[in-house]
Amino acid sequence: MKKTLGAVAVAAAVALSMSACSGSSSSAEAAKGEISYWLWDANQLPAYQQCADDFTKANPDVTVKITQRGWDDYWSTLTNGFVGGTAPDVFTNHLGRYGELAENKQLLAIDEAVEKDNVDLTAYNEGLADLWVGQDGKRYGLPKDWDTIGLFYNKAMLASAGVTEEQMKTLSWNPEDGGTYEDVIAHLTVDKSGKRGDEAGFDKNNVAVYGLGLNGGGDSSGQTEWSYLTNTTGWSHTDKNPWGTKYNYDDPKFQESMEWFAALAEKGYMPKLETTVGAAMADTFAAGKSAINAHGSWMTGQYTGYKGIEVGIAPTPVGPEGERASMFNGLADSIWAGTKKKDASIKWVEYLASAECQDVVASKAVVFPALKASSDKAAEAFKAKGVDVSAFTEHVKNKTTFLYPITDNTAKVKGIMEPAMDAVVSGKAPASSLTQANEQVNALFK
Amino acid sequence: MTTLAKNTRVAPLESGAPAPRGGFRRLGDLKIALLFIAPAMIGFIVFYVVPTIRGVYLSFTEYNILGDPEWVGVDNYTAIAKDPLFWNSLAVTGQYVFLNIVLQTALALGLALLMNKVAKSTLIRGALLLPWMMSNIIAALLWFWMLDYQIGVVNQFIEWAGLPRVAFFGSEEWAIPTQAIINTWRHMGYTALLIFAGMQAIPGHVYEVAKLDGASPFQTFCKITLPLLRPVLVMVLVVTVIGSFQVFDTVSVTTGGGPVNATRVIQYYIYQRAFTESDFGYGSAIAVILFLILALVAFIQMKFLKGNESDLD
Repeated sequence: MKKTLGAVAVAAAVALSMSACSGSSSSAEAAKGEISYWLWDANQLPAYQQCADDFTKANPDVTVKITQRGWDDYWSTLTNGFVGGTAPDVFTNHLGRYGELAENKQLLAIDEAVEKDNVDLTAYNEGLADLWVGQDGKRYGLPKDWDTIGLFYNKAMLASAGVTEEQMKTLSWNPEDGGTYEDVIAHLTVDKSGKRGDEAGFDKNNVAVYGLGLNGGGDSSGQTEWSYLTNTTGWSHTDKNPWGTKYNYDDPKFQESMEWFAALAEKGYMPKLETTVGAAMADTFAAGKSAINAHGSWMTGQYTGYKGIEVGIAPTPVGPEGERASMFNGLADSIWAGTKKKDASIKWVEYLASAECQDVVASKAVVFPALKASSDKAAEAFKAKGVDVSAFTEHVKNKTTFLYPITDNTAKVKGIMEPAMDAVVSGKAPASSLTQANEQVNALFK
Repeated sequence: MTTLAKNTRVAPLESGAPAPRGGFRRLGDLKIALLFIAPAMIGFIVFYVVPTIRGVYLSFTEYNILGDPEWVGVDNYTAIAKDPLFWNSLAVTGQYVFLNIVLQTALALGLALLMNKVAKSTLIRGALLLPWMMSNIIAALLWFWMLDYQIGVVNQFIEWAGLPRVAFFGSEEWAIPTQAIINTWRHMGYTALLIFAGMQAIPGHVYEVAKLDGASPFQTFCKITLPLLRPVLVMVLVVTVIGSFQVFDTVSVTTGGGPVNATRVIQYYIYQRAFTESDFGYGSAIAVILFLILALVAFIQMKFLKGNESDLD
């Protein structure tokens, strides 16, 4: 009811101003009223609230109402909103979801506006803007941030094991023997009687500190779990990205890597999957249960924020082909196709993607903004807090990133791969069982 | 649970609704009768009949909620027949229902006996209901933390006792029993109250006669209490069995169907297919199958346990 009234008011205001001063462009006149904006990460709320306040200062006719909803309810609430007509005008969008939304005509294509307002797409970190061009060739969002993967480590545990931070920067990995990465993980593992993982008499069933923490089976993407390893072997999730139509979980190279990964738990160097249901991986790291955690750059604030633990961040190991690899994921702001305040929404999306807002986000040192210049500012802001984030930025600088797999049917692919990967990582099924899951996945695209 | 309670209440209404056989003696009566029935009837039609019919219709379509439903005939049903995850969900749900019912009924019966004979204080009887007053989600999350492998208090105690830690939610062997125990804990007080109420309805003179005949307390329980409780027990069983089949919330906030597929119970699988994977047609088809299964289970229970007859007559 309130919404309808608001819409009527806006329409009336638009009609009034149209008749009052014909001549100025219509988009400026329609850009009035309150628009709603959703995001899921509570850590980023303060930064975007400030962006919204600044935006209203510059555009007194438009106010932005921000709603933060946790990731678990975000997408179902959004879908309900699409159907019920109560979806936000603008919302934070995810690569794993937008394909389906675009296909179902829930997103507003913004090509015209981007062209008209001269948004410089080359100012963003390479590849980020193109991710949001759908299969139909239309643009459905402007990039807001990006993330890569790094190795968070407990400095005190490294020191007592005699592993230097320099060593951490030059780790190598291969699926046969795990390379120096496995050596370090084994050495950092300590059982309850104090024996290290690479010492004789190590009791793998009574481990006090695991060399490597485990976040889960990793379902279809393995974003923080295993993709930083599997994708150094030349393997990639899909036949092409974005918009691949064939997944490659049946590749022996991939299965060999997963076999190695699952074996870490078997050797006692990584917690068993069954013991990780519940407490978050970062919290168990803080509780001193693991020495290294592979995790995303968006977790930097949390890891470095734990009291009493000195945390360092190392780049992911170099793989058999001589390169590191990290999934490169980016979020964007998209506009709901059903918005009644199209022009104001476009203005807000362009503001979110502009240096004004992204510098504000950078200054809070929470995530890396999509604009190259703002990314650098974020790295400086982290540095000012005493955190070296070069492990994350290095991937972008050296172009050792690969994109989050963007395809159709992502939710269904995840539905199939989640139990399949859990079975492999928990040692209940051999990695070769992924071939059958892969057939199921690829059948979705026929 | 509430659905069934409503249905049993609606059933006599329906059979009693037609006007007396001799024709409507006074049309005014019918009008007033209709007026009184109308609120319940409208509610029943709007919230039960229409959604049920629409659900059945959607089960024959492919529907992702954002577009229009597309008629696909029985495709969803043939796909379900070949879907190992569907059969797995049935097996897992069956396992849960069995554990839950056995534990819950046995414990509730014991508690009801204690309430009837020993714990006559209202305070203690009330305390038994406390877990039931908690939100399902809160109860599940509390246990999720307490039973956590790494930092849960229960595993601390287990370790102090010199036993190996147990991955209550993480291991495939423990996941379903853990869910069953949590829900037993939450519901047994309520179930006990229902049985207790049934016990109150058994006339005292029956017990007096038994006592005069020299029956032991055990004999009294087996030969008098239990048989006379049958109608109540059947009602409790029907309600708890159907309620157990609908297990969802505890799974959703704890294991999310895992580890692997160990807790992918049927309601969770429906939710996953419909709401997470946007396959509402497929989800509806499973829901229709679940509906048929539950109807059959309730029918069998009523029929063979003669729940609508009492031995007291």
